Amino acid sequence: MSEVIVITSGKGGVGKTTTSANLGCGLAVLGKKVALVDADIGLRNLDVVMGLENRIVYDLVDVVEGNCRLKQALIKDKRYDGLFLLPAAQTRDKDAVSPEQMQKLCEGLKEEGFDYVIIDCPAGIEQGFKNAIAGADRAIVVTTPEVSAVRDADRIIGLLEANGLNDPMLILNRLRTDLVQRGEMMNIDDVTEILAVDILGVVPDDEAIVIATNKGEPAVSNQESRAGQAYRNIVQRILGQEVPFMSLEEQPVSFFEKLKGLFRH
Amino acid sequence: MDFFSFFKKKSAPPSGSVAKDRLKLVLVHDRVNCSSQVLEMLKTDIIKVISNYMEIDEEELDIQISQTQSEDNGTVPVLYANIPIKSMRKVQD
Repeated sequence: MSEVIVITSGKGGVGKTTTSANLGCGLAVLGKKVALVDADIGLRNLDVVMGLENRIVYDLVDVVEGNCRLKQALIKDKRYDGLFLLPAAQTRDKDAVSPEQMQKLCEGLKEEGFDYVIIDCPAGIEQGFKNAIAGADRAIVVTTPEVSAVRDADRIIGLLEANGLNDPMLILNRLRTDLVQRGEMMNIDDVTEILAVDILGVVPDDEAIVIATNKGEPAVSNQESRAGQAYRNIVQRILGQEVPFMSLEEQPVSFFEKLKGLFRH
Repeated sequence: MDFFSFFKKKSAPPSGSVAKDRLKLVLVHDRVNCSSQVLEMLKTDIIKVISNYMEIDEEELDIQISQTQSEDNGTVPVLYANIPIKSMRKVQD
């Protein structure tokens, strides 16, 4: 059975593309056939985050307009068996595609035998958002523990439900454990209480994400990264397994580290 | 209060809980999708209707949307109105 999952957030810059890339790779590592679809037409980014920017020949708009076959536009990721990327067009705008065309595209991808189709939704609630959710079976909402991101997530959850995508799952991204412990950042319970949705995972703020994105190698395959571990857990949960939430307690600081800290100031 | 806290600045609530409280209020308004213009129109209409029966203090009138606990332990939006009465009008039966 194949499933189309849209990754959305409302607000920009909260980590939709990073999440899409990591979930796609994570699912492929576990043997699933995955298509990553960049629905952010005009602001294509999933290709660079994935490190596949040099291999684009055709894009999503080419497929929709019939300039090429679906298979021709799908870029095979050589590092992960079964992972493919359908890049967005960079020189067109969101109106180049209609929701009906996106629905047809998703059907086409299902027929190609993909287990999962992951759609990276653009920020905002306009045409691009409507296109991205048109063919989706379920939605994952990404937010960070900030007032602006949570407010937009709430709006997006309402719009998803109005479009028949009920019970979206939440990923709380870029949690700063140190700030939460000091009470200077909303915690997991605060956010889930406000948004009243189930939480799929919590990704700690991690510099490994910046480094991974710089290199075009998703952090999910970095065994040392805490964010990578969080993404691996989320992938397991998408596959229906129960995985306990990882402890987000700060690692105890050694005496030596404390001493170093004293001299730093 | 311990001895040292005497010297400290009076502590404000941590910003995390401030954020949560502010968000809750904002979302109540967002979710009912009621613009301040509509609220103003509602206010004018309420004044009009109530003034038929009683004289009210329009300056002190307070109408807002807030939320209350629902039966299933969720929250539902409520229209809250505080209307000070100056005097009753004589109404013909």
